[in-house]
Amino acid sequence: MLSLSRMLAVISKELRQLSRDRITFAMIVMIPFIQLLLFGYAINTDVRQVPAGLVDLQGGAAARQLVHELQASQAVQFVRQYPHISEAEAGLTAGDVNAVLVIPADVERRLSDWRLGLADRELVQWLSDASDPMLSAVIHGLKQLPLGQTAMLQAGPPLSTAAVVHYFNPERRTAVNIVPGLIAVILTMTMILFTSAAIVREREQGNMEFLINTPIRPLELMLGKILPYLLIGVLQTALILGLGHLLFQVPLPQDWLSLWLVTLLFILASLTLGLLISTKAQTQLQAMQMTVFVLLPSILLSGFMFPYAAMPTIAQWLAEILPATHYVRMIRAVVLRNTHWLELWPDVLALLLFTCIGLLLVTLRFKKKLD
Amino acid sequence: MTALAIDVHGMSKQFGDYQAVSQLDLQVPTGCIYGFLGPNGCGKSTSIRMLTGLLTPSSGSLQVLGLQLPQQAEQLRSQVGYMTQKFSLYDNLTVQENLQFVGQIYGLPRRQRQQRQQELLQLYHLDDKRQVMAGRLSGGQKQRLALAAATIHQPKLLFLDEPTSAVDPENRRDFWERLFDLSEQGTTILVSTHYMDEAERCHQLAILELGQKRIDGAPTMLMQHLHGRVIELRGSGLRPLKTELEQWPEVLSVAQIGQSLRLLLRLALPELGWLTGRLPAGISAEVVRPSLEDVFVAHTGRAYAQSQ
Repeated sequence: MLSLSRMLAVISKELRQLSRDRITFAMIVMIPFIQLLLFGYAINTDVRQVPAGLVDLQGGAAARQLVHELQASQAVQFVRQYPHISEAEAGLTAGDVNAVLVIPADVERRLSDWRLGLADRELVQWLSDASDPMLSAVIHGLKQLPLGQTAMLQAGPPLSTAAVVHYFNPERRTAVNIVPGLIAVILTMTMILFTSAAIVREREQGNMEFLINTPIRPLELMLGKILPYLLIGVLQTALILGLGHLLFQVPLPQDWLSLWLVTLLFILASLTLGLLISTKAQTQLQAMQMTVFVLLPSILLSGFMFPYAAMPTIAQWLAEILPATHYVRMIRAVVLRNTHWLELWPDVLALLLFTCIGLLLVTLRFKKKLD
Repeated sequence: MTALAIDVHGMSKQFGDYQAVSQLDLQVPTGCIYGFLGPNGCGKSTSIRMLTGLLTPSSGSLQVLGLQLPQQAEQLRSQVGYMTQKFSLYDNLTVQENLQFVGQIYGLPRRQRQQRQQELLQLYHLDDKRQVMAGRLSGGQKQRLALAAATIHQPKLLFLDEPTSAVDPENRRDFWERLFDLSEQGTTILVSTHYMDEAERCHQLAILELGQKRIDGAPTMLMQHLHGRVIELRGSGLRPLKTELEQWPEVLSVAQIGQSLRLLLRLALPELGWLTGRLPAGISAEVVRPSLEDVFVAHTGRAYAQSQ
């Protein structure tokens, strides 16, 4: 039998200690706030204004027209001009530019062939620094860039093979995708960090030897340690969603029940993971290191930064173990697509299972013994 | 209730290659203040941890308050109090909050808890400190708070692991007054120490070294056993005399205490003349009352090894 009063004693003790730890308390608010600003503004997968160089071997009006049109597309920005290709290559190597546009001397003739539909050669050449695939993808996209009206008058505008309708985020803004995902990252970080220190700290400061000699039960202690942080997790979620809405016009969820349900499940799973670390770590430093060990895959594999669909199968399996993966999937669904939690049952089940198994392991691992 | 609060036979604890406690027999009568005296690393803390059920003994039979350890450790928890060597309450909770927390953990009903809290705050002179963070208390206050917390549920048996190591002599005396009060009320107390004066206050005492019990009994009895073996020498030229005496086979140990040499002999002197005849002129000898330190020296370290 669990004693509610003993559990409440631990909860109120934790809350008191937390409220007196000013730095931790400040971090609860500052971590979401700063990270939201940082990631919301800084992370943008919609690449524009790639710094480019120009090698103009023609030097005439046709070349100027081409450069002007490319600039107008905002995909690239010409920051350097090189007399020869060799200098341009040196510029690529030095990192002064990420791409170089080479306009051949006979561009005028190629252009007129193009207009007549006789084109057998490209008009211009791009030298692209493909060491950054994201940037070079932008240049790659320029292969098909329709050149301006003047050049294409006779051919007419190229016809798309398909019409695309963008649901849920019609302007395709990155922030709309990032902000809900950010909740997962921030909760992973703070929740695991809090609880991973929870047991170790008491051990390090000498409280544990006294505590385990009292009639308290392991599960009472564990639940008492994680429940206060549930509140903090909820607070952080509300903060991120509110600020995301104010600053980045991320839509607020319409189905609040689904939002809080999946969020509470994820917070519980993360707190349990933290406790698991806490029963394993011998010192607070070790607990911190293990937290980082979990945090990094949670950021990189959860689908927060890189699409889950693009990952190899093994990485996907790995990602499925992480609570963050399930939550990123669910929070985006709930916030952006207004999905009901029941439709997300596999992820709900996964988090539930994770928490139960975790709590079981923690309670079994935590012995009221010193040896 | 059995007459013995603790009844232990052949208790041993092995950590890897290290034998922390070996073959300890221990019989502690109910209501007794029982002391563990010994240097650091002699197995005092390990023994206490086994008796509280925190450590599993490698071998031996342990019965504490009639419960078998380690099997019935959980049932024992609510009946014993434990004051750890290091301050184990929360530095960033106030005195009152700490007591409240411990009271709740021991499952005291609200009314009883508040009453106990009030009693303890007054008994341990912490009434004016109730709103002070435990981390800001002095050594003596911390130790009183720890004792208050360890006794809030009125345990039958109290374990104190070097309770006064960070406390000045006056506070220590006051602390012992409280222990005698508890003992008077029927609480059995097992206390470890490395202070002689503290050990001397115990009803019963066991001297431990290298995980073994060297001797046990009431302090006065232990001292009486050495009667006639402790001689005090006075005079001049004590330093060279000390070096010389150390070579004598009859001498267990020599220690200079201020202006005198304290001589501990292997056997009781049949008559003082045997000694005075062999001493240089100008040195006076007198048989004195053995102290607990003599008992300790006689049963531990090099002297003990030689006497075997």
